[in-house]
Amino acid sequence: MTRFRVAIHVVPRRGLLDPQGKAVADALRTLGFAGVEAVHVGRHLVVELEAAGADAARRATREMCERLLANPVTEDFHIADVAQA
Amino acid sequence: MKFGIVTFPGSNCDYDAYRAVVDALGEDAVYLWHKDHDLQGSDVIILPGGFSYGDYLRAGAIAALSPIMNEVVQHARRGGPVIGICNGFQIACEARLLPGALLRNASLKFVCAPITLRVENASTRFTGSYREQQLITLPIAHGDGRYSADEEALDRLEGEGQVVFRYAPDPLQAAESYNPNGSMRDIAGIVSREGNVLGMMPHPERAVEPALGRPDGLALFESLLQRVAA
Repeated sequence: MTRFRVAIHVVPRRGLLDPQGKAVADALRTLGFAGVEAVHVGRHLVVELEAAGADAARRATREMCERLLANPVTEDFHIADVAQA
Repeated sequence: MKFGIVTFPGSNCDYDAYRAVVDALGEDAVYLWHKDHDLQGSDVIILPGGFSYGDYLRAGAIAALSPIMNEVVQHARRGGPVIGICNGFQIACEARLLPGALLRNASLKFVCAPITLRVENASTRFTGSYREQQLITLPIAHGDGRYSADEEALDRLEGEGQVVFRYAPDPLQAAESYNPNGSMRDIAGIVSREGNVLGMMPHPERAVEPALGRPDGLALFESLLQRVAA
């Protein structure tokens, strides 16, 4: 078994009202970043786990996202990185 | 009738629910610890308000995995009544007892205020003592109460009469924004398709005594009793 660090992004489902993202986008425009079109505020999680290989680590993490880390009704998740720890 | 009130770490309306059942309704109630595996013969389960597990990850997400929730889900599958209030509604959604999810209020603010609701379905076992389309006032106190689901699920809820309470304009006030949290289709409370699980953001258990304002919440608990007596 090898130790892995898996990085996960969880973001609000596109099309759903994201008041937090909108507030941050407004603040960025106030700072002068006129080109900002939208901001999506979500969560970044890092899971450290033991797995037989990178594929197994990714599979396990995907199941964690489906069952707990992301809400399937309102959120999308993306496994951003799987690295040996 | 015996009510089982689940206490999760961070629940803060369990005592209110107990007082509503025992003092105002005159029925039996028992507290159920989240680590227990026994509903102690409860006929009705109340998932109370609060901030279970500090709202970590998502409101209700961790509590939905508490040991007692296995028994609560089985109770619901047998047709047993479950009432999820505020955080309890969030927990019921996370446990998939009810469709949809509760998201951060559109205003990004915690809202604590009495609010006007319209009873959209007075034929459920939780609302039989109200009149259809009756306007009632109940307190709300939440930061994550924006009910959200996909359009298909919302259409199904409305088509099956599962929308029980909706935020409504107060007839005595000019209200441009009567929806306190941005809930889709002004939804404040829903029942499961089988009708035995109720989830609602407003607090009926905090509105059962005239000394604390309009006791419009009492009829909800009385409805359950009448259903049994009938």
